[in-house]
Amino acid sequence: MRVIRHIAVNVFKESVRDKVLYNLVLFAILLMAASYLLSQLTAGQDIKIIKDLGLAAMQLFGLFMAVFIGIGLVSKEVERRSIYSLLSKPIRRQEFVIGKYVGLVLTLAVNLAIMTVAYYAVLGYMAWMAGSWFKPGWEAPAMDPALLKAVAMIMLQLMVITAVALFFSTFSSPMLSAGLTFGFYIVGHFNADLKHFEAIIDSRPVVYLARALYYLLPNLAPLDVKAQVVHALPVPAAYLLLNTAYAFVYIAALLTASSFIFLRRDFK
Amino acid sequence: MLAIQTTDLSKDFPVGFWRPRPYRALDKLTLEVEQGETFGFLGPNGAGKTTTLKLLMQLLYPTSGRAEILGRPVGDVGVKRRIGYLPESPYFYDYLTAEELLSYFASLVGYGAAERRRRVSALLDEVGIGSERRLQLRKFSKGMLQRVGIAQAILNDPEVVFLDEPMSGLDPLGRREVRNLILSLRDRGCTVFFSSHVLADAEALCSRVAILASGRLIASGKITDIHAFQVRGWELIVAHLSGESLERHRARMRKVTAIADRQYALELPLEPGPDGLLRDLIGEGAHLVSLNPTRESLEDFFIQQVGQQEPR
Repeated sequence: MRVIRHIAVNVFKESVRDKVLYNLVLFAILLMAASYLLSQLTAGQDIKIIKDLGLAAMQLFGLFMAVFIGIGLVSKEVERRSIYSLLSKPIRRQEFVIGKYVGLVLTLAVNLAIMTVAYYAVLGYMAWMAGSWFKPGWEAPAMDPALLKAVAMIMLQLMVITAVALFFSTFSSPMLSAGLTFGFYIVGHFNADLKHFEAIIDSRPVVYLARALYYLLPNLAPLDVKAQVVHALPVPAAYLLLNTAYAFVYIAALLTASSFIFLRRDFK
Repeated sequence: MLAIQTTDLSKDFPVGFWRPRPYRALDKLTLEVEQGETFGFLGPNGAGKTTTLKLLMQLLYPTSGRAEILGRPVGDVGVKRRIGYLPESPYFYDYLTAEELLSYFASLVGYGAAERRRRVSALLDEVGIGSERRLQLRKFSKGMLQRVGIAQAILNDPEVVFLDEPMSGLDPLGRREVRNLILSLRDRGCTVFFSSHVLADAEALCSRVAILASGRLIASGKITDIHAFQVRGWELIVAHLSGESLERHRARMRKVTAIADRQYALELPLEPGPDGLLRDLIGEGAHLVSLNPTRESLEDFFIQQVGQQEPR
């Protein structure tokens, strides 16, 4: 655990010293602020737009961070050969992989926390500015704590995507890893369609293949509860717990596979 | 217990995209290095030196054979605690300072905060990095990075240290400092295993060497042993040698080089020895300046042996 902690802290240090990260966070916050202007065009729906756009900005920029930092976590160390000195120290390769993952998750958590604060600040400003005649029409208060459920689920999605990016970066080039990770992210949101493929195609092998892909690919759609919280629909705790457990099992499987690949890898 | 032992250690790399075929980078290397030795691992570029070091660091897995360090299989975490490694042309994290990098590595070794600070400061002093220690490593020159690399390799007071081309990228002063550092490691009882293609380094530092060419071990032993069977003649330097004397005995000399007025360097064949000619020349008024056996230099030996290797 000590080794994992030190590697993770180093990844965090690397990330916070990377100017790209600041730019991404800044863009996300600007987008949230801009959503206030956009909301002025839609009378009555303004708070929903801000809530929606804010969560979408967090998800999108979090995704960029997870993918662009995630794909470089291992490949950059290999390309620049810094891994040679590192692996000669008393560490196991598995600890290296997990330490890298934990470090990036820590970075994402801190950035998501900053974006969440900015998000609530915009919502607070909106609530303060809104006339008292608007507020009764709102389905939920501007600074609804339930929004944190969506933020937590975004974090889980980013944790899954980080594990996917890390997995690909253990054996492929950064560009290919980025493409595959974005592909997984998109497919992950439409994964449920694969489960019921027999409804559209009458071919057993294809149905079996689709079913296999359904279990193999990440199922990210259930982790997306933005629409529910924005429209003040209930999101039961049991649902959140079940999907959290799914995400953790999926992450554990990916990290195990990444460690296994990395363990056998030659560094030429 | 041996510091390093390899038995029939081989490594193949697949070459070609469509139908990859194995390319043998290292072929059945069997080597033993005693504790406390300074061992030079010599060979031209592409001989397999770095591959061997990577196999010993388990950055590569062998195709066949085995390797042990301090009696334990390579890759053992307990062994890694007792060794140090400087990769060829080391590169570290751009965003860290030299101090932070060494502190990070020290934390991976398991040192506490106070010990880390003490060690890092002492090591940076030892390798000659002063106020630059607080600069980010991306601002470092190649030579400075090499110094940082050496510092991280000896961070844990290793029993065995592996240095891959440690003089690479250093200016003459830096080379001398690294030589002194290797000698001080040897004096502390540390086994030093270093690769180089600069033969003068090995001649100045090593108790034993191994010469590798095209992935194969072509010679190993004490440098003096390797030289001994390669003595190829004598170099006799004489002064006050008359032109007539020179002409009279010219057939007994392999080569004559004029150094100054009536002073010559005479290259003599190995057999018969120089005694007879020397006696005759002195009898004709010449003065002896020096007499030395001419050996195959390590460099010549190296080129000759490499030339004899069959292509892989």
